[in-house]
Amino acid sequence: MAQNIYPSRIQVLAIIGSILFLIFIIELIRKRKIKEEYGLLWIFFSLVFIVISLWRQGLEVLSRLLGIFYAPAAFLLILIIAMLLILIQYSLVISRLSEHYKALNQQIGILRLELKELNDRVAHLDDEKRRKESR
Amino acid sequence: MRVLVIIPAFNEAANITQVITSLHAEFPTADLLVVNDGSLDQTGQQAEKTGLARVIHLPCNLGIGGSVQTGFIFAVRHKYDVALQFDGDGQHLAAEIPLLLEPLYKDEADVVIGSRFYSNSQGFKSSPLRRIGIKIFSLLNSLIIKQKITDNTSGFRAYNKKSFTFLAESYPADYPEPEAVIMLGKNGFRLLEVESRMRERQGGQSSIRGFRSVYYMLKVLLGIFMGALRPRIKRG
Repeated sequence: MAQNIYPSRIQVLAIIGSILFLIFIIELIRKRKIKEEYGLLWIFFSLVFIVISLWRQGLEVLSRLLGIFYAPAAFLLILIIAMLLILIQYSLVISRLSEHYKALNQQIGILRLELKELNDRVAHLDDEKRRKESR
Repeated sequence: MRVLVIIPAFNEAANITQVITSLHAEFPTADLLVVNDGSLDQTGQQAEKTGLARVIHLPCNLGIGGSVQTGFIFAVRHKYDVALQFDGDGQHLAAEIPLLLEPLYKDEADVVIGSRFYSNSQGFKSSPLRRIGIKIFSLLNSLIIKQKITDNTSGFRAYNKKSFTFLAESYPADYPEPEAVIMLGKNGFRLLEVESRMRERQGGQSSIRGFRSVYYMLKVLLGIFMGALRPRIKRG
């Protein structure tokens, strides 16, 4: 297979695209729109995409290793794995948050009742005090 | 013995007053705690108006599991000896409470479940389709915890301090009853069923209907299998 040493148009686009993507993610983390722990997977995969777009033979090597006949399929595989991992991370985070949300709701409910009962008792004591004073 | 009756209620304005007054009439020494699970109707106000129950208003709807667990947490905080779950839809009979409490007082069990299917209990036994589901839970749970539990979905249960303290820490969120049986059984709590009669709901609507019931079955089955796979929780 004769290889052109000059990058093709799609390769240039891929390199620019994946670098812009990395910058976008880093920018979001810097502005604290994404927490570091949730940015890690995104950064990891944007680096993977940069490597793939820079190293043209990489995908071929990888697909030969995995026994994939059609090299772009290897790229789709990486993409799907990235999506799945990030989505699983979301499920983890959502589950933890809903557990926290439940606990907070329960505590607020209990505290509101306790506060109300306390207020009622204070009001009752105040009433009694006033009655004594007026006598 | 200080007894707390936990009454989870979501949109039960049609039943709640009757439930509270009958509980108070049958069992005046117990404290009643209504957990109003973010109802959209007048459930909370109705319950407060009776003047016989304390009412916790959950800011958001947490489902029956989250509501009952709120009651357990409250029972721990306020140092109760017994927590009794009594559904807010009016299907349980307040007169049967002593039957559930007796085994706890005699220390013969940590958890007592009022069962519609134990021996030849009378009364309402749910629709045929639901009975099939209940049968499946019974078979599975009995296999997993090696003790026959006939009514895993019953919401009429009494817990001693040890068991409600355990559940205050962790309790399934929605449709918790069958999973709780596994959790308790696997963690070495003594479960006991007593015969109980239930009435058809007096008003309002069950939260489990239509497509929900398919989701209910799948969710509970997953919960049961996961419960079976989880290791025992270490307790101090």
